[in-house]
Amino acid sequence: MKRVKVDLTIHPDVARTILTGFIRSEISRAGFERGVVGLSGGLDSAVALALAVDALGAANVLAVRMPHRDSSPDSLEHAQLLIDQFGVKSTTIDISPIVDACQLHDAKMSRGRRASIMARTRMILLYDQSRVFRGLVLGTSNKSEMLLGYTTLWGDMAAAIHPLGDLYKTQVRQLARALQVPAAIVDKAPSADFWAGQTDEGQLGFTYERVDQLLFLLVDRRFLPSECVAVGFEKSFVDKVTELIRSNQFKRMMPPIAKLSNRTIGYDFLYLRDWGT
Amino acid sequence: MQLRLALAQIATALGDVSANLEKHIQLIKAARSEKADLILFPELSLTGYVLQDIVPTVASAADEDNREFRVLLRESRDLDIVVGFVDEDSRHRFYIASAYLSGGKILHVHRKVYLPTYGLFDEGRFFAPGDSVRSFATRFGSAGILICEDFWHASPPYLLWLDGADLMLFASASPGRGLNERDRLESAWWVESVNQSYANLFTSFVAHSNRVGFEDGLNFWGGSTVFDPGGQRLAHGPYFQEGLTFADLDLNQTRRTRARLPLLRDERPGLVQKELERILSK
Repeated sequence: MKRVKVDLTIHPDVARTILTGFIRSEISRAGFERGVVGLSGGLDSAVALALAVDALGAANVLAVRMPHRDSSPDSLEHAQLLIDQFGVKSTTIDISPIVDACQLHDAKMSRGRRASIMARTRMILLYDQSRVFRGLVLGTSNKSEMLLGYTTLWGDMAAAIHPLGDLYKTQVRQLARALQVPAAIVDKAPSADFWAGQTDEGQLGFTYERVDQLLFLLVDRRFLPSECVAVGFEKSFVDKVTELIRSNQFKRMMPPIAKLSNRTIGYDFLYLRDWGT
Repeated sequence: MQLRLALAQIATALGDVSANLEKHIQLIKAARSEKADLILFPELSLTGYVLQDIVPTVASAADEDNREFRVLLRESRDLDIVVGFVDEDSRHRFYIASAYLSGGKILHVHRKVYLPTYGLFDEGRFFAPGDSVRSFATRFGSAGILICEDFWHASPPYLLWLDGADLMLFASASPGRGLNERDRLESAWWVESVNQSYANLFTSFVAHSNRVGFEDGLNFWGGSTVFDPGGQRLAHGPYFQEGLTFADLDLNQTRRTRARLPLLRDERPGLVQKELERILSK
């Protein structure tokens, strides 16, 4: 089979129009006017913030910075750049003491466990700020992360809406440039920032540039894994990625309800969230 | 003969018929004040699109017993109206339908023939398919109505053409999809291309009203169009925004185009029938 050209270029204005309309529609129909974004200083939350400002106005957006003592010092500074540039309200909460308290009962907690606690601590604080600010939480997860399961269930995946969930990481980057996100943020290595020197690509073992091409073929263009190999992707890489997609399906769903009655939520009780609005 | 057509691309409230009816009335008034002869609303304009289990609660027969139709029929005394709704038959089957109202009467109801049940679509789960494609007489000549997926298939527009329709009225609730490097979504590009092609192939006017707004994560892209029998675009509604777009149709254009390009005269439905019979008997 011939090598196929995988072009992930998006028209940023079309994406921006749809996503700002989506944010405005879904927040207002839920009865709110405001949005809350956990601002890490990284690319995804920068784009979510910029879109929220576009959709709702700067006065209706709260940026929440939630550093941990292990976070990179750049993160806070980059988040501040965005707060200043977009003129949004902001608050900063140090999560270190909360994470420490969770570790009191188990001194030998692994780095991975602590990372999950950090992600879920941020979720608790974001939802609390959402009550204070009377705004909905905008998710910052992108399609690459969701497909690969590079997310924390009930942590960074917890949100009222996911504006970036159908954009691959490399597409989020294109949109970021169009939204005037500073180059320091667009160009830095993506990181969950759970410990010093951590990068997504180091942990995953491949670059977003490369995996996005494969994901696009597998998911969007419905290529079989064997067809991806035939167009030039290494078999071991294709196998690893297809298994990540499959094994992380649970993170992309509500937990299944055991069916007993004639009408069960999720199976035959079917309504959109926008029901009646 | 002239026809001033208004394309009403609205965002609908999901399952809130009263709110949607209110919006219809506002746009009908606006169209009337601009001297429109006919206003074309999108698919399921009275109810919203992803209805799922809402279907039975918003279904109604197209008759005077219904408040929406009482109101709209009254409005149709001086302005023809095509409105989208959930039609319920006497045996309680539900259809995606569009009705043509004129002079206080219902001239025609089209029930969607092709119900997409694949990918993001699940219409066949909640609706029964219509089983006829018919043209009908209006004060502007013979017209036909199709709803969204109906015109993704080539046969319904072809049948309308053979049945006499010179004015094709298409209504959609088309979810936007296929973001790429182009300034239009793939779905918009596809629909606009086929609308233009039908105008060309059938030397007929083709008007398309597509809704806007969101339902959960689905966007609806608008971009309503009118093409004349030569495939020229007469009007184009905005993308992603509500709008009332007007087009002035010179209905004599059909005669001029067909004098130049007699595709209808030369079409051989008997040949089609013969070959279809052979194909279907295999």
